[in-house]
Amino acid sequence: MRFVDEYRSGDLARRVSEEIETLLEPGRSYKFMEVCGGHTHAIYRHGIEDLLPSPIDLVHGPGCPVCVIPMGRVDDAIALAERPEVTFTTFGDMLRVPGAAGSLLDAKARGADVRMVYSPLDALKVARENPEREVVFFAIGFETTTPSTALTLLRARAEGIRNFFVFCNHVTILPAIRAILDSPDLRLDGFVGPGHVSTVIGIGPYSFIARDYRKPLVVAGFEPLDVLQAVYMILRQLTEGRSEVENQYGRVVRSAGNQRALETIAETMELRTTFEWRGLGFISQSALKLRPEFADWDAELRYEVPGVRVADPKACQCGEVLKGVIKPWECKVFGTACTPERPIGTCMVSSEGACAAYYNYGRFARRREAVEA
Amino acid sequence: MTDARELEVLEAVERRRRLKPKLKDELVTLAHGAGGKASHVLTEALFLEELGNPLLAPLGDAALVQDNGTRLAVTTDSFVVKPLFFPGGDIGELAVNGTVNDLAMAGARPLCLTAGFIVEEGFPTADLRRIAASMGAAAGRAGVAVAAGDTKVVERGNADGLYVNTSGLGVVADDLELSPARIRPGDRVLVSGTLGDHGMAIMIARGDLELEVELESDTAPLAGLVRELLGATDGVRCLRDPTRGGLATVLNELAVDADLGIVLDETAVPLRAEVVGACEILGIDPLYVANEGKLAAIVAPEAAEQALATLRSHPLGAAAAIVGEVTAQPAGLVLLRTTFGGSRVVDMLVGDPLPRIC
Repeated sequence: MRFVDEYRSGDLARRVSEEIETLLEPGRSYKFMEVCGGHTHAIYRHGIEDLLPSPIDLVHGPGCPVCVIPMGRVDDAIALAERPEVTFTTFGDMLRVPGAAGSLLDAKARGADVRMVYSPLDALKVARENPEREVVFFAIGFETTTPSTALTLLRARAEGIRNFFVFCNHVTILPAIRAILDSPDLRLDGFVGPGHVSTVIGIGPYSFIARDYRKPLVVAGFEPLDVLQAVYMILRQLTEGRSEVENQYGRVVRSAGNQRALETIAETMELRTTFEWRGLGFISQSALKLRPEFADWDAELRYEVPGVRVADPKACQCGEVLKGVIKPWECKVFGTACTPERPIGTCMVSSEGACAAYYNYGRFARRREAVEA
Repeated sequence: MTDARELEVLEAVERRRRLKPKLKDELVTLAHGAGGKASHVLTEALFLEELGNPLLAPLGDAALVQDNGTRLAVTTDSFVVKPLFFPGGDIGELAVNGTVNDLAMAGARPLCLTAGFIVEEGFPTADLRRIAASMGAAAGRAGVAVAAGDTKVVERGNADGLYVNTSGLGVVADDLELSPARIRPGDRVLVSGTLGDHGMAIMIARGDLELEVELESDTAPLAGLVRELLGATDGVRCLRDPTRGGLATVLNELAVDADLGIVLDETAVPLRAEVVGACEILGIDPLYVANEGKLAAIVAPEAAEQALATLRSHPLGAAAAIVGEVTAQPAGLVLLRTTFGGSRVVDMLVGDPLPRIC
């Protein structure tokens, strides 16, 4: 398929891999964090680690929208879904995320009207077609998905649709990256920056990482060759003693981002004082809620939301996985008590979660001799 | 390279995977019907436990019954596809072909089918006639008669229009032995054509995705193709039709049953550009998407080229390909060598990306 096959070429991959080899300092090991779950997924799905020399370790970061939703918010969602007047709409990945007492899929089996949608506009369509129902959309995700929720709110207002409500859980990526950089647990050499988030926010907002923390960051696309090239560009910076924000994904990401999308977000949403992230705890100014002008569409105002904070199960180490402190297989319950079919933690649910990606794609003894030779 | 501690964890995970599954869910969810891991657990930990007997235990596409020297294959399948009419077919044709194919995968010559209809009150008789006519035509093409039937009508609001069940009876040649137990390291994995056409065609026909793609279901009876394949070579070890859960799921079942590994070559897997494109957009792996007119064959290495040529000479096997090889290790796992030059696990399906496709 054009515009995809080019970025999956095995021949080019081997050549970039050889170039990467030439940039390695003998005896040094490198830890690069891919911030975004889309990258984690691509790394395992295409077997990118097979093409990286062993001194390079890719550490998986917090940018998985499903993974960062805390259990309490899942319970809130289930409480909304179980209201008789509510049709609850959600992305498919959220259906299987465990709350304190089961998942949305379990609630659906008990009789709740839960429907899977592919976009918030689909949820609005459900509301339009079922005026007697109150349709709630479970809005999750980083800056990548926020604009589509924002746009849907504007459309709901323009069309005067009053039976549509947003349960807003949108989060922002920068506070999470800062929390990781400030965490003493981890020594990182550089970042593979999020591609789709950057199409919205641009590359400017990452400058503090290069300037204050002296870490290179390369915004990358999601094809395997994109990731490999980003690794090469980070190594180039390290070799040349630079720490800058660079854009590998120029075919999609503009430096200034998407001004229209940012305006749409600003028109409909504002920062929360604080928000709980699964495993990372409360991070100030890290999430969005609807602006007062959109109170009529705000599920948190329309309904009594329990809002009970639920501690993660003791055995679950999603927090450490999300911060990149441990690898998925280092979690005590990985693959035994916690599996994709019976997940304890969110990282085992989402296809972008590090544990699910490793379990589904990476769970075998890798042989890298071919590359090292 | 994988370090020693990681290897220990991986071994523990494999041991865990091999344990007899336990059903922990209190309620049936859609995942139990998706053909993946949850379906497996329901079948093994509930149905097999309560109904278990030597005929059912192999859990193949059809069971083999022997009486007075005659070997019969028997199978059943229910169809709840939505929409009832879709590009390339309808629920009636699907119900006939699905059961014919289950018989064919056991190497059986189909003798006759039965059909059960559960119809919602208010369903248009014109549609029911159209579906029955299409079943008749499909049965004719497959050279099999619908020999018995049953109709039940349920109140409005149930059965979503129409559900169809078909059962089938076929006869198996005396000397034919198709079984995962016959699979050996070095065997080749063949598929009879492009993968994922049926599942994607149904998803697109539903219109929820607002994708405009011209794609037809591949629903077709495979008994003729299988007859030619088995006539051309005796190197066929085992056949499966990759319906719900796709090629990935049937190969996982075979890898576990045979206690061998299977390595697929991503570049060799035949896929339509439309299916690749739609799957990219939806984030679905075509290896998990259902087929209704394709077979997967495990064939001895020396017979692989002959088998491939035979499949390709048949209209239903024109795009057949050798897509992988059986290996001694890693036992019970399916791996994929990616186009990119990496490798990864291809596990059984968890969850249900595409409900009610058959």
